[in-house]
Amino acid sequence: MIERFLRIVGSHAISVLRTMGHMLLFLLNALYFVFTPPFKHRQLLREIRFIGAKSMTVILLMGSFTGMVLALQIFYTLRKVGSEAMLGPAIALSLIRELGPVLSALTITGRAGSALTAEIGIMRITEQIDALSAMALNPVRYLITPKIVAAIIVFPLLTSIFDVIGIYGGYLVGVKLLGLSSGTYFSEMEHFVDMQDIRIGLYKALTFGILVLWVCCYKGFYTGYGAEGVSKSTTNAVVMSSVLILISDYVLGSFFM
Amino acid sequence: MIEVVNLHKSFGGQRVLNGANLKVSDKELIAIMGESGGGKSVLLRHLIGLVKPDRGKVVVEGEDITRVSRKELDKIREKFGVVFQGGALFDSMTVYENIAFPLREKTRLTKGEVREKVEEALEDVGLGGVEHKFPAEISGGMKKRVALARALITEPKIVLFDEPTTGLDPIILHAIHKLIMDTHKKYGFTGVMISHDIPEIFEVVDRIAFLYKGVIEVVGTPKEIRRSSDPVVRQFIKGSLIGPIEIT
Repeated sequence: MIERFLRIVGSHAISVLRTMGHMLLFLLNALYFVFTPPFKHRQLLREIRFIGAKSMTVILLMGSFTGMVLALQIFYTLRKVGSEAMLGPAIALSLIRELGPVLSALTITGRAGSALTAEIGIMRITEQIDALSAMALNPVRYLITPKIVAAIIVFPLLTSIFDVIGIYGGYLVGVKLLGLSSGTYFSEMEHFVDMQDIRIGLYKALTFGILVLWVCCYKGFYTGYGAEGVSKSTTNAVVMSSVLILISDYVLGSFFM
Repeated sequence: MIEVVNLHKSFGGQRVLNGANLKVSDKELIAIMGESGGGKSVLLRHLIGLVKPDRGKVVVEGEDITRVSRKELDKIREKFGVVFQGGALFDSMTVYENIAFPLREKTRLTKGEVREKVEEALEDVGLGGVEHKFPAEISGGMKKRVALARALITEPKIVLFDEPTTGLDPIILHAIHKLIMDTHKKYGFTGVMISHDIPEIFEVVDRIAFLYKGVIEVVGTPKEIRRSSDPVVRQFIKGSLIGPIEIT
C-alpha cells in the first residue's frame, strides 16, 4: 500500500521535474536566439504591436478604474484616522509597487497570452511549425524569441502607463469627487514615493513579462492534438501564468521589502 | 539519392514503422501507398528529419540525417521542398507572402527578383490574381496549389508531397496531378508522394511503394503493381473489404 503510494508520488514528481526541465531548456533556447543573428526585427515589431499596442485600451480602462476604486476605499479608511492627506502616496505606492505590475500582467495574460498560445497551438496542429522546420528555419528563433523580447519591452511600458492612469483615476475621485486638495494629493506623493519603488515595480513587470510569455509560448508550442488540445493548452497557459504571477509577486515582494 | 534503412518508430508503445526499407533514385517520382494510419506520413517526416527514428537510418545524398547536428540537418533541409497535407500555409500571410517567404528568408534576392519569381510560380500553378488573398479566403484546391508553389519556389532537389490531393474533387485532383508531372518535368526534382488515388496515380509516378504493417511490402513500377499478385496490393487496388488489410 505504502509502496504503491510512494510509486505514484514518485512518478508524478519525476514527471513534474521533467516538464520543468523541458520548459527551462525551451526558455534558454529562446533566449539564446536573442543574442545570435539573424534577428527577426519584423516579427519583433509585429509582436510589440500585438502584445503592446493592442492591449492599450484594456490597460487604460483597468488602470483608471483601479485608481478610482482605490481612491474610494483608501479615502474611506484614511478618513477614520484623519489622514486623508495620505491618499496620494497610498494610491501611488499601491499601484507602483503592487497593483500596477500584477494587474497589468494578469490583463495582458488574458488578452494577449491566451491568444498567443492559441495561435502557436494552431500553427502546431496545422503543421505550420513543421513547415518552418522543413524550410530550415528554427521555429523557436522565428516564433518564440520575438515574442519574449517583445514582452521584455512591452510589460514595463504598459505597467508604467497603468500606474500613471491609475494615479490620475485616483486624482479624479479623491480630488474632484471627494474634495481633497490637488496640491496635497501630488505633493505628498512626491515625499513618499522614491525611485526604488518605481524600480521594484518595473523589475516585477519585467519578470512577469518573461514568465507569461514563456508559459504561453511553451504551452502553445507543445500543444495536444486537435481543437481540444489547443483549448486545453490555452486554459492551462492562462491558469499557470496567473498563478505564477501571484507567486512570483510574493517572492519578489519579500525580496525587495 | 534517398535511402531508408531498417527504420523503426513507435509512439507510446504502438509500432508504426517496423523495419521499413526504401531506395529512391535521383529525379525519380515515387508514391507511397498504404492503409490510413499505417505510418506513411511518419515515414515521410523521417525523410526530412521532422521525426527521429527509434532505430535505423535515413540517408540523403550520402549523409545519414538521423546522426547529423541541427546545423547540418538544416543544410540538408535546404535541398527539400515539402507540400504538407493541409498545405501548412501561414495564416497571417497573404498568398504572395507565403510563396515569397522561403526566398526572403533563405536567399539574398532583391525585392524585384522575388516578385518576378513569385509571379512565375503563381503562373505555373495557375493562380494569377489571388496573391493578395489570405489562406482562409481561398479554396482547398487553391491552398494545395499555393503550397506546391511555395515548395518549388527555391527549386529544391527533393520534393515531398503528403497527400497533395486528399479531399479534392476529381477535376482539381487531375489538375494537381498534372501540375506535379509538369513541374517534375520542368525542375527535375526527386519526388516522394503519399497518395491514395487509384488508378490516377499510375499515370503520375515512376514507381509505387506499399507500406504495410510498418514495412515496405512491395515496390514496383505502376505496370508491375497493376500485375502484382501480392494480396495486400490486390486488396488495396480493388478497394476490397476482404483481404489481409483489416478495417479497424
